[in-house]
Amino acid sequence: MRMRVLLVPLMALALTGCGASSEDAGTETSAASGRELSGTLTVFAAASLTDVFTHLGDRLEQQNPHLDVRFNFAGSSALATQITQGAPADVFASANEAQMKVVTDAALQAEDPTIFTENVLEIAVPTGNPGHVTGLADFANPDLSLAICAPDVPCGAAAQKVFQLAGVRAVPDTEEEDVKAALTKVQLGEVDAALVYATDVRAAGSDVEGIPFPEAERAVNEYPIAALKAAPNPEAAQAFLDLVQSDDGQTALTAAGFRKPPS
Amino acid sequence: MRRRRSPGVPLPLLVPAAVGVVFLVLPLIGLLVRAPWSTLGPALGRPEIGQALRLSLLSATLATAVSIVLGVPLAWVLARSRIRGRTVLRALVTVPLVLPPVVGGVALFLVLGRQGLLGRWLFEHFDVTIPFTTAAVVIAETFVAMPFLVISVEGALRAADARFEDAAATLGADRWTTFRRVTLPLVAPGIAAGAVLCWARALGEFGATITFAGNFPGTTQTMPLAVYLALQHDPEAAIVLSLVLLVVSLSTLLLLRDRWLGRTGGPVA
Repeated sequence: MRMRVLLVPLMALALTGCGASSEDAGTETSAASGRELSGTLTVFAAASLTDVFTHLGDRLEQQNPHLDVRFNFAGSSALATQITQGAPADVFASANEAQMKVVTDAALQAEDPTIFTENVLEIAVPTGNPGHVTGLADFANPDLSLAICAPDVPCGAAAQKVFQLAGVRAVPDTEEEDVKAALTKVQLGEVDAALVYATDVRAAGSDVEGIPFPEAERAVNEYPIAALKAAPNPEAAQAFLDLVQSDDGQTALTAAGFRKPPS
Repeated sequence: MRRRRSPGVPLPLLVPAAVGVVFLVLPLIGLLVRAPWSTLGPALGRPEIGQALRLSLLSATLATAVSIVLGVPLAWVLARSRIRGRTVLRALVTVPLVLPPVVGGVALFLVLGRQGLLGRWLFEHFDVTIPFTTAAVVIAETFVAMPFLVISVEGALRAADARFEDAAATLGADRWTTFRRVTLPLVAPGIAAGAVLCWARALGEFGATITFAGNFPGTTQTMPLAVYLALQHDPEAAIVLSLVLLVVSLSTLLLLRDRWLGRTGGPVA
């Protein structure tokens, strides 16, 4: 409530102070509503979206100089808990539908969530592949040092699914608390392989090599996004949703290793 | 009259003290209020709770033992010896107190990991890997908890009357005998208090453990790790786990305090 009171003078300021649009790259998003956005936009997003969303947030700020875009990147389940506990978020982008369901079950969404991108699992190995890992079956090799995500978090749930589908009895040495923690162990060379997302392999750069495997196609992670009913800044929330689903947004996602969902 | 109304505690001390108690205890009450009492029985019967609790108690106790063996001599060096650079040494020893535990975990990797300074040598020559083992849990907990013991014991040594040690020396005891027969008994309550503090810190250790030792049920998944992961999908289970950890640690601390510290009480804990 207090936020909104503060936003009114800010909004007026933005409307009178700045008329001309600054950037031409993505005018379709802000021009659609016909006026500039202002105030603060708070986006709660899955950790795997960190790079792409930061980039898209910068772009939205460039288009709307009076808008301040803030992100809270964390595991989707932690974010869902924070939102149901009343955290003041405008947008929630989850790495799987289960955690979005936590939010929609509490009827906190403004509209039904949309699937805006997909991510598949990939095997990450340290550069040079010291454990000579070739495919998913190597996760049953007790001589290798292996990391997967804990079954409680989305990447772990997806891992369990591919192991089950492939009939692999995995013998991991550690069940990590999130996908970045699993990736870190690969980057440090402490494990021979970890099961992470294709996007994480892409983001890790030269420390890590990715090995795609066919079973991943059967455990695709779909990312839903929704504006929240209690959003302090609903207009900016809608603009961010539009940007993410625009061609620009989808190009940025694809460049980071995500896949466009079948429409 | 006035003195009888508030027994020995002046008002300017009583009020902040009371606020302090409320601040520390209210979150605990929050846990108790939100605990799923009706389903507590079946929740407690889950085998992973016993497994995680056993591992927690074992690793915290081993970490405390290691801390005593290494930390008491270290505290003596800091309090009694005249070696140069003692101030710097003390600051270095307390680094784990200020270092975020997750960073501590990464730092342990860089030394003891398979690619680490020492770990690489261990791996190449003896085929020994430390990360992702129960030993790694003990190492991570020791790293984070030992400074608590060192600081307590050093404080006790500084507070102890050095004249007893001087007297022992004049009577012909060498420094090692003096340490064993005079200093140790003198600061025993301080060591006990430090050990209790160290044990409690080790029991609650999360960041360094999950980073350096990973998380695997039965091998490296201690109670705090189990709590964190339960929180991801089942907050009620996380509360149950936290309660178990609280009950066990509080009762251990109360029991030990009575037995070890008795009437005198140590400088801390």
